[in-house]
Amino acid sequence: MALPQVNKVKQDATDARLAGMEMPDGAAWITEARTEAVNRVQAMGLPHARDEYWKFTKPASLVQPEPEAAALFHNDEGPLWDDLDRLKVVFVDGVFDAEASDDLAGEGLEIERLADVATKDIHWAKDLYGQLEAGEHGYTPRPLAALNTAFATDGVVIRVSGKVSKPVNLIYLHKSETSDAILHHCVKVEEGAEVTLLETGPAAARFNKVLEVDVADSAAFHHVRVQGRDHERRAVTGIFGRLGTESTFKSFTLTMNGVLTRNECVLELTGDDAVAHVAGACVGDGTDFHHDDTVFITHDAVNCESRQVFKKVLRNGAVGVFQGKILVKEDAQKTDGYQISQSLLLDEDAQFLAKPELEIYADDVACSHGSTSGAIDEEALYYLRSRGVPMQQATDLLVLAFLAEALDEIADDSLSEAIYARLEGWLERHAS
Amino acid sequence: MLEIKDLHVELEEEDKKILKGVNLTVEPGKVHAIMGPNGSGKSTLSYVLSGKDGYEVTGGQATLDGEDLLDMEAEERAAAGLFLAFQYPVEIPGVGNMTFLRTALNAQRKARGEEEMSAAEFLKVVRAKAKTLKIDADMLKRPVNVGFSGGEKKRNEILQMAMLEPKMCILDETDSGLDVDAMKLVSEGVNALRDEGRGFLVITHYQRLLDHIKPDVVHIMADGRIVKTGGPELALEVENNGYADILTEVA
Repeated sequence: MALPQVNKVKQDATDARLAGMEMPDGAAWITEARTEAVNRVQAMGLPHARDEYWKFTKPASLVQPEPEAAALFHNDEGPLWDDLDRLKVVFVDGVFDAEASDDLAGEGLEIERLADVATKDIHWAKDLYGQLEAGEHGYTPRPLAALNTAFATDGVVIRVSGKVSKPVNLIYLHKSETSDAILHHCVKVEEGAEVTLLETGPAAARFNKVLEVDVADSAAFHHVRVQGRDHERRAVTGIFGRLGTESTFKSFTLTMNGVLTRNECVLELTGDDAVAHVAGACVGDGTDFHHDDTVFITHDAVNCESRQVFKKVLRNGAVGVFQGKILVKEDAQKTDGYQISQSLLLDEDAQFLAKPELEIYADDVACSHGSTSGAIDEEALYYLRSRGVPMQQATDLLVLAFLAEALDEIADDSLSEAIYARLEGWLERHAS
Repeated sequence: MLEIKDLHVELEEEDKKILKGVNLTVEPGKVHAIMGPNGSGKSTLSYVLSGKDGYEVTGGQATLDGEDLLDMEAEERAAAGLFLAFQYPVEIPGVGNMTFLRTALNAQRKARGEEEMSAAEFLKVVRAKAKTLKIDADMLKRPVNVGFSGGEKKRNEILQMAMLEPKMCILDETDSGLDVDAMKLVSEGVNALRDEGRGFLVITHYQRLLDHIKPDVVHIMADGRIVKTGGPELALEVENNGYADILTEVA
């Protein structure tokens, strides 16, 4: 009778966590959303290692009432994209820092702090906050995201009405060794509008973040994220997106170490001819590195394209996980779905666990998925060395080449160049 | 320049002797050709000299200007001035041809304690050299050898040789997979690099290549040894009569 026991353990863990949490005050609409979210958490129970969905990643440190401490991260490389004209929004351990941030204003967009929005009796965010997170998304429970909706006090709420050229950069600083941050962002990109959202930094010792994005017809949302490098964080992040007709959603994430990182991305293509690209590049070195990309894309409209490209370079006991699913509903004809997850294992101690899935109910679709694990190409290495490139440099070149397909998903060169530079820096630091 | 003395080599994985006492000296400014039937050990010789893994040297030595090649890593041999033009150039998806060339060039310079070449100067030099080999801008931008035709790959090898300016060039069946025009182009590229300080070791099956790249000395290799050495006429003899006569003669 294992199951009831697990259920009991889950219930106890959930109760223990909820006991220490206090629902923030707010207007009626957000209190309702939060209350519903608490109910969902209680109904689902927080994740347990025995849950199918958490088979490859141990959720305990994300669930337990108190976070594990994490050493502060000293950024000796300076801010990323420092010379880029961008709207900076700074959070320190999950709390908005007005001093360090730019004025929350920009051409073509309205940007507000969630803490302020939550006090307003009437706000458009009512239709978005917790709504995408609560969606069915393929019948998979995501209780940590529901926990976020229930207890998040801070975040940004952005409404984009025009083509915004200046990116919004959410900068997450970590200044307390035991911080437990919950951030919830909502972005509504209105018809024909366009915006780029950047996220950088280590955030907190423990970080639970949800980003809900509603991309209206003919709108475009670009997202580039660089998670704090070599940081002891434990993070669970969830992106929940809904795509309208002819809309575009593109997201790229770079992860360079981190004790535990679970990045989920759940997208629903609800309008015809929508395009969704989700990519991730990750480099992991050491046994205290565990990175999990979990992606769920639902095609629920005609002639949509989705693309998942995830690349991981792992060594010294680092573990990489990919769980990716494409669900094509009955009426989603002419779907073009692509999913590739690959790992480059630099030694025999590294581990890559993959669970690619296709679930297709329409009969006129082109869907492909592939997952591979491999060692470095010895022939290529020899070729490079025979031209005078030293072993380490040759290996790094091949590592970058391996990651290139994921990095190519960043449309903007000015963003990707800096990311390449950070990667090169990381590889140098972690030279074997 | 290149001195090989009684070189014995086995495959690491299996107990198989490939080279059984190779002796060969290439002087600066000279072009030596090695011909020989399939399986005689010609390509193995080129791999062992350039530092490929998987071979065990069980005896003998190989030096470049007195430096022990066999004791060096592959990249050190390159920096010391050894270059192997591959029979099958390797495709490297994701690494741009230009990046590759510049990384290699500057890595060698750095290893030799020389100043690195600036991006601007590099661009100028590579463009000029590429032009003579009919390598267009697109080929320079594409990933190393990916989607290149057989001829393009070989031209790319010669471009690397021209950029790296090695002291000692080994060409491993550079003529394989080339049509007449491509062979001419590649040979011209090689001939342009001939100078009194540079040695060449040209491995080939056919006399044809040697019509374009005229050798000073021709060696016949069989069963892991150099069995006969002569002038350019030796290559013609092989072309006309095959290896059988020579092999019977030395047996």
